[in-house]
Parts: sequence; C-alpha cells; structure tokens
Amino acid sequence: MRVGLFLTCLNDTLFPAAGKAVVQVLERLGHEVVFPRAQTCCGQAHFNTGYRRECGPLARKFVRDFAGLDHVVSPSASCVAMVRENYRDLVGESPPVYEFTEFLVDVLGVTDVGAAFPHRVAYHPTCHGLRLLDLGDRPTTLLRAVRGLRLIDLPDAKHCCGFGGTFALKNADTSVAMGTDKARAVLGTGAEVLAAVDNSCLMHIGGLLTRWRSGTRVLHVAEILAGT
Amino acid sequence: MSTWLGMPPFPEAAREALGDSQLRANLRAATGTIRAKRAAVVAERDDWEQLREAGRAIKDRALHDLDTYLVQLEHRVTEAGGVVHWARDADEANGIVAGLVRAAGASEVVKVKSMATQEIGLNEALAAAGITALETDLAELIVQLGHDRPSHILVPAIHRNRAQIRDLFRREMPGVDPELTDDPVALAAAARAHLRRAFLSARVAVSGANFAVAETGALVVVESEGNGRMCLTLPEVLISVVGIEKVIPTAADLAVMLQLLPRSATGERMNPYTSVWRGTTPGDGPREFHLVLLDNGRTTALADDIGREALRCIRCSACLNVCPVYERVGGHAYGSVYPGPIGAILTPQLRGPDPVADSLPYASTLCGACLDVCPVKIDIPRALVHLRGKVTHPPRERAIMRAAAWVLGSSSRFAAVRRVTALGTRLACWLPGPWRRWTQARDLPAPAEESFREWWDGRA
Repeated sequence: MRVGLFLTCLNDTLFPAAGKAVVQVLERLGHEVVFPRAQTCCGQAHFNTGYRRECGPLARKFVRDFAGLDHVVSPSASCVAMVRENYRDLVGESPPVYEFTEFLVDVLGVTDVGAAFPHRVAYHPTCHGLRLLDLGDRPTTLLRAVRGLRLIDLPDAKHCCGFGGTFALKNADTSVAMGTDKARAVLGTGAEVLAAVDNSCLMHIGGLLTRWRSGTRVLHVAEILAGT
Repeated sequence: MSTWLGMPPFPEAAREALGDSQLRANLRAATGTIRAKRAAVVAERDDWEQLREAGRAIKDRALHDLDTYLVQLEHRVTEAGGVVHWARDADEANGIVAGLVRAAGASEVVKVKSMATQEIGLNEALAAAGITALETDLAELIVQLGHDRPSHILVPAIHRNRAQIRDLFRREMPGVDPELTDDPVALAAAARAHLRRAFLSARVAVSGANFAVAETGALVVVESEGNGRMCLTLPEVLISVVGIEKVIPTAADLAVMLQLLPRSATGERMNPYTSVWRGTTPGDGPREFHLVLLDNGRTTALADDIGREALRCIRCSACLNVCPVYERVGGHAYGSVYPGPIGAILTPQLRGPDPVADSLPYASTLCGACLDVCPVKIDIPRALVHLRGKVTHPPRERAIMRAAAWVLGSSSRFAAVRRVTALGTRLACWLPGPWRRWTQARDLPAPAEESFREWWDGRA
C-alpha cells in the first residue's frame, strides 16, 4: 500500500525519531511511504487558540500537499483529530488521515509488528487520542505484542497531563500542577519508559521528568514498535 | 451578571489557588468521591446514552421555540393563580423581588439554593434595600456565614472540610454549642436548629427552579435536604427567580430530566426531595406566587449558534467534578458563580467581554472529559474554541500567531526557522517572554543530531 506520512510541525522540528520510526515500521510491513516535502502544519495551534482565520490557509495548504493520497498516516493523535474533526467545516473536505496505531490495527489489520523492547513501559492515553479518535486499546494491544516489553498500569491514566497546546504557556502554573501529578504517577509505577501517541504531551511530561533528573524516559509508541 | 469585583483573570487567580495545599486536598477528596458515585449509578443504566440524547433533544426543542414556550408558561402560571414578571437583566430582577418583599411587609426572606439569584447578586441587592436574606441550603449557609463565595454549582462549600465548617459554626452561628464537634450529624443538627426558627417565622421565600413546564405551568425544585420544601410551602409569599432557559415543553419531558439530573449531580438514582407546584392552591402552601423570568444575557447567548448550547445546562456540575483544571484550582479562580467548564463558556456569554471573562475560555486543556459526562451533551470543548475566537487577543500574542502562520504557510520559510530552532531550544532557558513560562519548571527536549528530512534524503 502507498501511504503518505504527515510528520507534523512539532515532530519535524523537535522529534524526528517518531517520523523515522513510522517509516521503518510501515516499510518493514511491506508498504511504500511517501513524504510530501511541502507539508508544514495542520493549523491546530491556531485553531484551538482562537485564530480560525489564520488557520484557514494552513488547512487549505494541507489539503493541497496531501492531495491524491488515499491514506495519510501521522504519529500525532491530536493533529489527526484536528483534521478529521474540523477540516470539513473549515475547508469543505476531510482528507483521509489516520493516527499511526489506528492505521496499523484498523486499516492494515496488524497487531504484532515484530518489535522487541525489553523494558518496563507505562502508557499514557492522551486526551485527543482517547476521546476524539476513540483509539481505545489499539496502542496497548500493539505494545503488548512487543517481545520483552512489560506493560505497567498507570494510575489515573485517563486524566489529562495538562499540556493543552497554548494552555501550557497561557496557564503555565496550572499546566505544571497537572503535569506534576501525571509525572508523579509515572514515577510511582517504576516504569523505565512512558509511551504515548502524541509527542506534544510527552514533551510536557518528559520536560518535568528530565528537570527532576528522574531517569525515566518518554518515547513515542512508534519508536517502541520500530525497535528490534 | 454580577462581577466579583477585584478578581484577577484566571491564570493569576489560579496561581494563587494552586498555592493552597488544604484547598487542593479538599477538592481532590470531594471531586473524587462524587466522580466515583456518578460513574457507579450511570453504569447501572444501559440506556444512559439514549437518555442523554433525549435530554439534549428536549432542551434543544425548548430553546428553538423558546418564545412560544415562555408565553405558554406565562399563561399556565397565570391561570393557576401566579403572577409572572419579566426581567431583562439583574437590576430589573432585583428591583422586582425587592418590591415584592416590601409589598408583603417583610424585612427578611428565607432562600432555597438558587444559581439564578446568585448570578444576579440578589442577596446584596436585598441587603441594600434593608432586607435580610437567609440561605437555608446547608452549603450555601456555610458560604453565607463565612462571608465567602460559592466555589461549586452544586456543592458551594466544596472548598471547606468538616473541621473548617465546625470552626466557622462555632464562630458565626448564634447560640451554637461551643463544644460542637466536626461529626457530620452534629454539624447538620446545629444547622437544623439554626434554620428551624427562620422557617417558622419567615413570611416570604425566594427560590429558583430546576425546570419550568410550559404545558402545565409547573415549577420544579430538586434538592437533598428538605429545606427547599420548607421554603416552598411554609411562607405566605413565594417568589421564584428562573432563567428563561429553564423551560421545558411538556410534563413528560420531566421523566427524562429527573433521571439525568440526580445521577449526574450527586450520583444518586433519585434525589430525596422533588417539589412540583403550580401557581397557588387555596388553603395549602403560599397565598401568593410570583415567577420572575430572567434574561440577563441569555437571549444574546441564544443568538450564537454554537454558544447557545450552554443554555442546555441543567446545573448538575458533572463537568466540574471531572475537570482536571477545576480539581487543581477550585471554583473561586473562575471569578463567577458559574465555575468549571460550563462556567468557562457561560460566564463570557452572560457577562460580555472583560479581562476575567476573556480569560475563561482558555481555562481548559480541551481534554474533553466534560463532554463525556454532560447529561445534555453540551460540546463544551467546541464552545470553548469558538469563544476563544471571539475574545480580543493580546497584541503581542496576535503578532506571534500571525508570524507563525506566515512561516508555516511555506515549506521554505518553515525550513529556515527549523534550522535556527535547534539553537533556540538550547538558548530558551535564558530567553525572556512566553518561553520562560515553559522553562521555569520544564526542560525542553535536546535537539536531534539529524533532522527527519536529512535522514529521508540520505536514504534515497
């Protein structure tokens, strides 16, 4: 299958490993990945902060950049949710975007990607993946099939980590208070790695974990699935 | 809508609240308990989603033909011996109530817990007219005795624990046992003794209503303590101040709403007291009944095709109890009688723009937990985003967002910015401005050795 990669502006700037991992897993499964080089950003930060007018050109550009692709896959649940939930209203069409784990399980019918990762991992279901995309147990089903991986329950997993896009800056104190509770819950599990399907939330939780010198890492689920 | 004077915008008010560890412990315990109770009783109903959909449809039908239903309600209430008053705003409503109390020759009223009267600042307006208002709901009484503000729609004293309430009663309640303990039974008995005298002597009662049935002219008050029943039946004059969005078309609609509300609010299958009355009944209950229908910004909200969803609200507070922001900062930080997620979309619409109201739509991470539990399916996250688009953005933020949109509008401009970002993340902890708000408590990720595009090109 020919699959378009929507990297997202955040991963393009700060987390290239998530994009590489998506390419590696899909190619390992025998699919062709194309990367439209003109792509930039879905406009989520503008839309959610109340800059709908500034978001319009970005949404139209997205539709142009990914035209002709039947499947566009992204390692970001919240960016996929942005396109799926709001593009029809914004630009009159909704490109066929899929969150990475959703694409693996629902479109490719794969629950074991042949990965190995011998570590204790806790999974944080990020809000937009959980409530807007209804990812359910797709990410954890994929993680459970990874050789050597021990999946550890995260208490209050469904509670928001406090990132919230520009909320993290506009309401920094509240954001950090929420993130602190989440990071403490992660440390309490004894996990070596916290995994999620959104690097934005992981940047927030991970930013606290490294500031505390905790030794617990954050990783995108795709990076774990790419491990052999 | 009354403004809490002197309140700072949400981020500053929240910062102060976050420093109160007792408040956070009280809120965590209380919201956690209510969340668990709600989840248990909702899980009992396998038709819960159909009930929610029915609730949404009933409120939408009422709002769509609100003009018709309100006039129908007025006719039915009048036929049943009541008097209907129309109030455009808080001042008009307060004036009507004060006039009615004066006409009854009373200088004291007993009150049933009511959000509408909190919203219009009725107690303060009555005090200015020389009339004393006594809150008879236990939690509202705690707030009133403490010269405090409510911090939750359903549990206004949620920010207080038992020990704090015991101290407050000992200090403020006339004639209370100085040895009063913090045993809930003892606290309730003290409040009961304090209130009983007022119930028996009051000539005027003021209430709100949870529902007003257009078809029959019936008003409905849902409560737990029985103080409402006392106020609605003992005094000679009853005045009910009711927001115009409380109207529902038919009595059959009540069957749906009365299943949704207690489960969502207190986590009970049915609340202890539900009072339903129509106008006046000779020889039974109040001799005079006045219904004050309140607009106070509701018709403005109704004109907004997304914002109007907030008018479906039945004030259950389920959204407050699941909100991770509310749980951390409590209700006072919202600067309004309507805190939490629903307050963040209701207050700006009822009050109009000001620095506090403009900050409220941003008091959310858009996590969506509120939409999951709303019994009338208000899409609060969507309304928050919509209202964010209507506030006046700070000039510097607007400039940054426009510049970002310009950069992201072209892949070559974006590439140039990506190249300097690697350096930027190293410097960010020394930079002033908005990035400082990130780096005060959080690290930024270390920049990658190789960008995705370099890697991608290198594979060819």
